[in-house]
Amino acid sequence: MVHMANQIATFFKSQPGDATEKVASHIGDFWEPRMRDQLRDYVNQGGAGLDRVVVEAAALVR
Amino acid sequence: MKDFIFPPMPDDRDMGTPVKEGKPVSLIIDGFEVTVPEGTSVMRAAAELGIQVPKLCATDSLEAFGSCRLCTVEIEGRRGTPASCTTPVTEGMVVSTQSEKVRRIRKGVMELYISDHPLDCLTCSANGDRELQDMAGAVGLRDVRYKAPEDGGFVNHFEARNTSGEANPEWLPKDDSNPYFTYDPSKCIVCNRCVRACEEVQGAFALTIEGRGFDSRVSVGTENFLASDCVSCGACVQACPTATLQEKSIIEMGTPDRSVVTTCAYCGVGCSFKAEMQGDTLVRMVPYKHGKANRGHSCVKGRFAWGYANHKERILNPMIRDSIDEPWREVGWEEAIGFAAAKMRGLQETYGRKSIGVITSSRCTNEETYLVQKLTRAVFGNNNTDTCARVCHSPTGYGLGQTFGTSAGTQDFDSVEHTDVVLVIGANPTDGHPVFASRLKKRLRAGAKLIVIDPRRIDLVKSAHVEAAHHLALRPGTNVAVVTALAHVIVTEGLIDEAFIRERCDWDEFQHFAAFVSDTRHSPEATALLTGVDPNEMRAAARLFARGGNGAIYYGLGVTEHSQGSTTVMSIANLAMLTGNVGRPGVGVNPLRGQNNVQGSCDMGSFPHELPGYRHVKNADVRQMFEAVWGTPIDPEPGLRIPNMLDAAVDGTFKGLYCQGEDILQSDPDTKHVAAGLAAMECVIVHDLFLNETANYAHVFLPGSTFLEKDGTFTNAERRINRVRKVMAPRNGYGDWEVTQLLANAMGAGWSYTHPSQIMDEIAATTPSFAGVDYALLEEKGSVQWPCNAAHPEGTPLMHVDGFVRGKGRFIVTEYVATDEKTGPRFPLLLTTGRILSQYNVGAQTRRTANTIWHEADLLEIHPHDAENRGLTDGDWVRLASRAGETTLKAKVTDRVSPGVVYTTFHHPDTQANVITTDYSDWATNCPEYKVTAVQVSSSNGPTDWQEDYAAQAERARRILPAAE
Repeated sequence: MVHMANQIATFFKSQPGDATEKVASHIGDFWEPRMRDQLRDYVNQGGAGLDRVVVEAAALVR
Repeated sequence: MKDFIFPPMPDDRDMGTPVKEGKPVSLIIDGFEVTVPEGTSVMRAAAELGIQVPKLCATDSLEAFGSCRLCTVEIEGRRGTPASCTTPVTEGMVVSTQSEKVRRIRKGVMELYISDHPLDCLTCSANGDRELQDMAGAVGLRDVRYKAPEDGGFVNHFEARNTSGEANPEWLPKDDSNPYFTYDPSKCIVCNRCVRACEEVQGAFALTIEGRGFDSRVSVGTENFLASDCVSCGACVQACPTATLQEKSIIEMGTPDRSVVTTCAYCGVGCSFKAEMQGDTLVRMVPYKHGKANRGHSCVKGRFAWGYANHKERILNPMIRDSIDEPWREVGWEEAIGFAAAKMRGLQETYGRKSIGVITSSRCTNEETYLVQKLTRAVFGNNNTDTCARVCHSPTGYGLGQTFGTSAGTQDFDSVEHTDVVLVIGANPTDGHPVFASRLKKRLRAGAKLIVIDPRRIDLVKSAHVEAAHHLALRPGTNVAVVTALAHVIVTEGLIDEAFIRERCDWDEFQHFAAFVSDTRHSPEATALLTGVDPNEMRAAARLFARGGNGAIYYGLGVTEHSQGSTTVMSIANLAMLTGNVGRPGVGVNPLRGQNNVQGSCDMGSFPHELPGYRHVKNADVRQMFEAVWGTPIDPEPGLRIPNMLDAAVDGTFKGLYCQGEDILQSDPDTKHVAAGLAAMECVIVHDLFLNETANYAHVFLPGSTFLEKDGTFTNAERRINRVRKVMAPRNGYGDWEVTQLLANAMGAGWSYTHPSQIMDEIAATTPSFAGVDYALLEEKGSVQWPCNAAHPEGTPLMHVDGFVRGKGRFIVTEYVATDEKTGPRFPLLLTTGRILSQYNVGAQTRRTANTIWHEADLLEIHPHDAENRGLTDGDWVRLASRAGETTLKAKVTDRVSPGVVYTTFHHPDTQANVITTDYSDWATNCPEYKVTAVQVSSSNGPTDWQEDYAAQAERARRILPAAE
């Protein structure tokens, strides 16, 4: 999960505009609620290894 | 046999010579006026009038040759009797196809032919189905005056011995080395049709005419057909006017009595075939010349490899078991469906609504796939649906959706005939999409240029009369760097099509992209160390693509199956937009889709985030449209993708799966993880023809039906919706759509479809791009390409003609990111995977046909340098290991792969190449990174422990208890 989330962040960081918002929207569109819950829980537990953009995006994810 | 064809279709006669395009020319033939395009032959013009000029060496799939002299005619004002096949029409020409003079000539010609042909018509395998016989009748041949001299010497090719027992040196025995057809030289009239078909249609150049005069004969240049360059496409058999080249099935069974047009169930080219039948028995499959994808051509799989439908291992009765340690128990349909429905509902009660899901099949019809995703959305009440496109072209959907606004190829296959420069990236069409490859090679022989980007020297790079202008043999995993470098050259050298970009694309996004790509870090020189591609070759390739005229890009899974699969698709779209190569014939972005209906399964809403027609489940208006028709609420949240289902199963929250026509245990990456996921589920329902690998972990087995046993539609790689027609009753009792309906109804759905056409009507009512599609239209047109609706009532051969579907085309910055799958001291080589012509994907079908004669095991291709370092020689058993697992197979030492790269196929479960591949995947879509795995290769004594354990488990899991009396 950490690997997947970081891959998404890496792509959107290369794009113009607000990467955090785009990562949050990509995860909202393609990740099943169970996976989003796992991500949020993982961030709440410290989010070791997660890209900073993912950590910020996790708060915005639906 | 030419009598009954269903449905009644356009003129199926052989018109003698190919259709031409040109300005109209009028002439008079036998007193009737006819107008045909300039360049048309007199023979074809006559055929347009319904007048068949006798012929032997001419057929409308081949250019005229003018050797048999049977088609002579008289033309006013011309001397002699010209051959009508090689004589083009001219304005005002007056032709007579029947006169005393030409009749006499034809009879004389025929008499000579027959003087060297056995007169065994009644017992000949071609009886009733051969032109030689028809022509003898047509010219009124009644006797043959030529006889062998009594005092010596043979003067024929068809008698093995003379009456004194002397051997005939001109006689050659029948060659039956090919599993599907025979070559009987004694019946050959040396008309050259087979040789020309091999050259012009297939492009294999495996056949030739050897010798001169009386010694002339067809030759494969080797000991027999099997040992030759023949690819067994069947074009020569199709072209032969005698029984010289003849299907073994016809020899065994006799000629068919009826013929039904249907669609091949192998690859994404979607060839149309005539299924030729005797009652409900299939006798042969013949490519249908009005099929718009294949134009009368075929490959060894579609033409010949259909024997799996009657293979002894096909399962015809439903089976159940409580645990995968038990043997299977055969039961009736009612019991099996009741058992499955109760289990699935029970899991939902215990573990929640979202604890079960489906995998739709890209092998099944659109109608069947639609029902399976409807089952999860409307009956299970969740969006847990996915399909094999997850592991192949899901990045195409995402990448083209983002850039162009729709998720499909832009062209039809005919488009290749207008292409000047073809760019093939990460695809191996001669093996994966053979009929398209033949059409492509024909265009290349006519002068189009070819650029290949592939780590391996695929056949297209250099084969008979085809040679790539540039082969960029990149390191696996560096696609984005290579395509971005091509864009760098095009932008920095001022080769862009600025007018196109200003008119069709978002100019601000272009400028941002241009600034990004112009940075020297993207130049071929700066990236050469990374990609391994010579910068000069790279620059030359970019210049050729940008300046060479109509540029078309064809790509395959070598693009998508990477960590940056979606990014590469975007970079390809960028390249097409930069050079103005979208929106007209001969250009475009063309994903070569793998399975027969993978395009259709994506269109039909198989993905967990999308309802049919690629509309996100979060959109309330889309949900409402389906809720109104289905009468049930739809979950607004995306469901689980295949890898997520397996992860959730291991985590204990996903418990039940209905898997139709897909073998995830063999086809999906990281076999151990897939097996662990399946083993953790409490109810796995496999719906398939055979006990596939996934079924080793199943609790319910529902027997499937073949494409010959049901009605429906497949959608091919060019968005073409083709009919599949039922030619025999399902041997298992039900079409797959009926089985899904039984399961749905056992879970309370209340569906009442009685024919797949009703399902298509529901698809049309809910999916705007299919709004105009119904079976009546498909009967009328043969096929249509979506979008087919009020704006495009006859479908859409070319997309984005007047502008992109999304409005302005969007350039997207494509930064190269190296995959985390890296070589190192433990795993110093890169493994990449692919396919071979004679086998298809997991091989469930082709391994159960005589195709195994060409490929009985997966082999590991390794460069001589790497082999020598490891002390390996050709044919050695080798151990192939990655961080995910290890297996053994035999080595094939070849310089087709570069040093540092090894390659194998994944057609055989006893090799199970996917035990090696890892769980890394595309960042956007989770499409697995099949194409890059760091591995080590070493010598081996035999199967690994894992292979032995796997085989033992598979054998245990496949036990079937004898049915109760």
